[in-house]
Amino acid sequence: MKQVILETAGLTKSFDKGNAVLNKIDFSIHQGEVVVIVGPSGCGKSTFLRCLNLLEEADSGEILLEGKLINQEKKNVHKYREQIGMVFQSYELFPHKNVIDNVCLAPLLVQKRNKDEVKEEALKLLKRVGLLEKAESYPRQLSGGQKQRVAIVRALMMHPKVLLLDEITAALDPEMVREVLQVVLELAKEGMTMVIVTHEMEFARAVADRVIFLDRGEILEEEKPEEFFTCPRTERAKKFLNTFHYE
Amino acid sequence: MRGIMDYSFIVENTPLYLEAALLTIKIAACGIVGSFVVGIVCCLIRELKIPLLSPLVQVYIELSRNTPLLIQLFFLYFGLPKLGIVWSSEACGIIGLIFLGGSYMAEGFRTGIDNVPKIQRESAYSLGLTGTQTFWKIILPQAIATSVPVFCANSIFLLKETSVFSAVALADLMYVTKDLIGLYYKTDEALLMLVIAYLIILLPLSLISTWIERRVRYAGYGNTGTL
Ligand SMILES: Nc1ncnc2c1ncn2[C@@H]1O[C@H](COP(=O)(O)OP(=O)(O)OP(=O)(O)O)[C@@H](O)[C@H]1O
Ligand SMILES: [Mg+2]
Repeated sequence: MKQVILETAGLTKSFDKGNAVLNKIDFSIHQGEVVVIVGPSGCGKSTFLRCLNLLEEADSGEILLEGKLINQEKKNVHKYREQIGMVFQSYELFPHKNVIDNVCLAPLLVQKRNKDEVKEEALKLLKRVGLLEKAESYPRQLSGGQKQRVAIVRALMMHPKVLLLDEITAALDPEMVREVLQVVLELAKEGMTMVIVTHEMEFARAVADRVIFLDRGEILEEEKPEEFFTCPRTERAKKFLNTFHYE
Repeated sequence: MRGIMDYSFIVENTPLYLEAALLTIKIAACGIVGSFVVGIVCCLIRELKIPLLSPLVQVYIELSRNTPLLIQLFFLYFGLPKLGIVWSSEACGIIGLIFLGGSYMAEGFRTGIDNVPKIQRESAYSLGLTGTQTFWKIILPQAIATSVPVFCANSIFLLKETSVFSAVALADLMYVTKDLIGLYYKTDEALLMLVIAYLIILLPLSLISTWIERRVRYAGYGNTGTL
């Protein structure tokens, strides 16, 4: 079995003393694995990803990155975040920087890497996602799909050990969804370790090694995509999947 | 002969107004630049929550925003000398303006920072940036860009406030006007020239700020909205 990259044990999180948004989540992802998390709106998917990236502080439970506990000390949070990439639904490119500066900023500032080498890699990646000619453009000059591809490149530039994608196509017009998902499918093929939250069920089925069904802050199902999408075991998963069918 | 202007009077006194206008501009320029610097420094102190200085800044801002410029000037010009601190009337004017403007700039600047969406910060964090790096590289540039309209409005406000300075015996436009009225009773002419002088100063400033605002808006800084 391959090395475990990211792992949680008993991860619990609630907001303002309310009910637990995440309830004792045990989760792990191995090197090169793609885990897709699906579940109804408000079930805690985003909160889970944000906890993994330490943007949200868990109430209790452990988060381990390559076996190292990362959610106890406050001081080195940025050191851990650096190794965990994240792409948001709303892209969140930096509007005052052009594309190339957006993607080079963190490698230069945080990792203090060589400027020429970083730029060369950036151009290579931008070319791969078909945006080489947009290197000097500003985010406001790009379409949603283009922005999201830049955001993916920006995350990849840090050589993260795992990439977290939170509904990265949810804000896109339908005709732009494919160009973004195509990039993710290619990354999966190359062995990128990813945790993906999505409402695109066809895509989930194609990209996932394992599907997790999250409902009311708990993992109700966890299995291979063929099994989950053809014969889900729980009633709630069946009901959830039915909402994607039109007769 | 009321109702008819004495043009020779106007021509005769134009140099006087010119000189006064230059003084007004000089004080306003120093005051605006100074306010900007004080505003940014105050804002940084508050944003980075520097102990001791942070509450001090809070007190200053409340004090500055809740007292009229005239009172502040009187305090600087008549009050402080009693404590042994003597200013020239010019220094007094500039310091008074900075004292007033600094807090307005700081507040405008804070609004700019608050307007940067929280998720921009998180986006920087998720790339491994520290809090300080995020502030300097991501938040600050966007905050400055969105605060530009406020800075422009504040600058015009401060320039207008210089009219209060004649109260501390500074030979600015208002002072010259009052002087001339007192000496020759040419009220209409003197006031007309006053209005024109302020217009000549304020109009370009207003146009420049509109131009800057439009450019900033075009650059799309700060608005992170989707396409
Ligand atoms: N900062 C917050 N403060 C208070 N409650 C929050 C906060 N963030 C999320 N919640 C609540 O936690 C629950 C889970 O939210 P979360 O965003 O994780 O759901 P989700 O599964 O990502 O939903 P969606 O599919 O709509 O994105 C929701 O009920 C939400 O209202
Ligand atoms: Mg969500």
